[in-house]
Amino acid sequence: MTSPASPLTLAEKLWRAHSVAQLDGGTDLLLIDRILLHERTGGVALKSLANAGRSVMAPQQVFATMDHIVDTLPGRSDKTLMPTGTAFLTATREAAHAAGITLFDLHDPRQGIVHVVSPEQGIVLPGLTLVCPDSHTCTQGAFGALAWGIGSTEAEHALATMTLRVARPHDMRIRVDNRLSPGVTAKDLALHIVSALGSAGAKGHVVEFAGSAVEALDMEARMTLCNLATELAAFGAVIAPDDTTFAYLKGRTYAPLGAVWEQAVALWCTLRSDDGAVFAVEHVIDAAAVTPMVTWGTSPQHAVPLGACVPNFATTGRDSRDAYDRALSYMALEAGTPLADLAIDAAFIGSCTNSRISDLRRAAAILKGRKVAPGIRAICVPGSTQVKLAAEAEGLDRIFTDAGFEWRESGCSMCFFAGGESFGPQDRVVSSTNRNFESRQGPNTRTHLASPETVAASALAGRITDPRMLETIA
Amino acid sequence: MTPLVRLTAIAAPLLRENIDTDAIIPSREMTSVSKTGLSDGLFAGWRYTAVGGREPNPDFVLNQPRYRDAQILLAGPNFGCGSSREHAVWALAEYGFRAIIAPSFNPIFQGNCIRNGVAPVVLPPEAIARIAALDTDVTVDLATLHVLVGAASWPFALGDEPREMLMEGLDAIELTLKRRGEIEAFRAADAGRRPWVYLPA
Repeated sequence: MTSPASPLTLAEKLWRAHSVAQLDGGTDLLLIDRILLHERTGGVALKSLANAGRSVMAPQQVFATMDHIVDTLPGRSDKTLMPTGTAFLTATREAAHAAGITLFDLHDPRQGIVHVVSPEQGIVLPGLTLVCPDSHTCTQGAFGALAWGIGSTEAEHALATMTLRVARPHDMRIRVDNRLSPGVTAKDLALHIVSALGSAGAKGHVVEFAGSAVEALDMEARMTLCNLATELAAFGAVIAPDDTTFAYLKGRTYAPLGAVWEQAVALWCTLRSDDGAVFAVEHVIDAAAVTPMVTWGTSPQHAVPLGACVPNFATTGRDSRDAYDRALSYMALEAGTPLADLAIDAAFIGSCTNSRISDLRRAAAILKGRKVAPGIRAICVPGSTQVKLAAEAEGLDRIFTDAGFEWRESGCSMCFFAGGESFGPQDRVVSSTNRNFESRQGPNTRTHLASPETVAASALAGRITDPRMLETIA
Repeated sequence: MTPLVRLTAIAAPLLRENIDTDAIIPSREMTSVSKTGLSDGLFAGWRYTAVGGREPNPDFVLNQPRYRDAQILLAGPNFGCGSSREHAVWALAEYGFRAIIAPSFNPIFQGNCIRNGVAPVVLPPEAIARIAALDTDVTVDLATLHVLVGAASWPFALGDEPREMLMEGLDAIELTLKRRGEIEAFRAADAGRRPWVYLPA
């Protein structure tokens, strides 16, 4: 139907390059290039596969890490704060060894959050299909890869066959024009987009982020932007690879070398949507209109500019009355309450959204020479051991600890409550993470999502604070 | 997987929007490295009076005697959003749910349902409100793709492959492995074009 000359979207190009066969019912048998696993959902997939008498088809293309359940306290071991956590670590280790896949274990310098370590090691590359039983796998689409989250049973399918049976998602382009203003980050942009489109706003779509503001982002910021695509219910997110992408990947452990690198880059340069490519949906966002954002409720779509008030029901437009009332009641807020200056109990910097070295650098720049407000519990959890070591080499750990932050080993940590460690009931936490669901960070905790800068500034003030205000005071 | 062709059961109404997988099975309730032993943790945050406890919260729908044998769940839009944890479906299935009727589902969750013998049925919110109000046995028929309650019925859509998988209890891995030769040939050809994808052992 489509002639070879028809303009294609980037996602369509990626799809076609991986389609082994078209199956009945509109699905494709899609080649999978990389499978990533973690101990929460990956161990069970490996174990279940082995129990069914099946083997991993291409172990050299499969990587596992320990991030979800592992403790982040100094001196950690297989013993975990989560009561049954040890079983997950040991089962994943045993299954990974038995299957012959690469494991970034607890004390491996490559260990860390799956979506942080994969780019760091050059496991994700432009043009790849990459899956992981984790919803934030879309993070890695920042490299021009088709990367998406799957379930454990689908992971078994991918492990056994190096394919998945998938229906082609629709194409959506979100073009972000102009530039983000100083002090406004990719996290703010992402929250702005989720609030504008809603938590199901990109359902069934691969979102291509494009436009001058996206092109201007560094790789870590692009990952943050793509990370929150799952909060739009997107299938995945992609950004066309460019010189920024290639410069980031060059020399990474699993990236190609020499002549093969040149060959790869030549192919990667073709990975962009053709002029005239048709998207099912297009949105245009003005980056200049984006300001630091914070959430007020219990869904990432409940995000507003930091200077705004808790919206009243009539202006939210998306929730039912019941859901809106429930969110307000859970968060102990009222319509019209200004979010800036709301007193907090805790501050958290970490997660696959915002725990990379650039995030830590920007937060540290705000914390330097200052102290966290009395009574505030503040925690920084680097996204990977490599990020942690890099931060320590440049003295960021001292800035965090001198300010009164806890400085941790890497992992997902209190992005969610795994059953071990959490913030207190009713604690109001400003957090650089991705989800503010009820009890996400502990039973009845109240999470306000924001950028690492906003978390740092809020920790200092003991209140939700616009980091730009703090800098002008300094 | 047990085939699912036609199911008649009482349907428990839980008509909130954006019910996320943390709510369906909190992370702290996923205590074993297996697909079973999860039903006790289903909706734990709402179902029990205290975190980690097992004292039923009498206000929660599944604790009401009327819905004790519910095999169908009526829910609000964007059901199963959030984390991709398949444990959410395993917990629902182990508890006894074979169908979930909602105006929309999170796609990862929806795929997980199909692979675990749970039918994700999409109906308009008005239909779901009506079914909840009728509060009697509900039939989900995959053969005719209709939900029937008394004399009323509503059609729903489901892809051919998901429908076949549910109705025949198919194991997708087995189906795909029949194409192993085709997959290996594709990989071999691709390795010539993109050698960097195929890492050495």
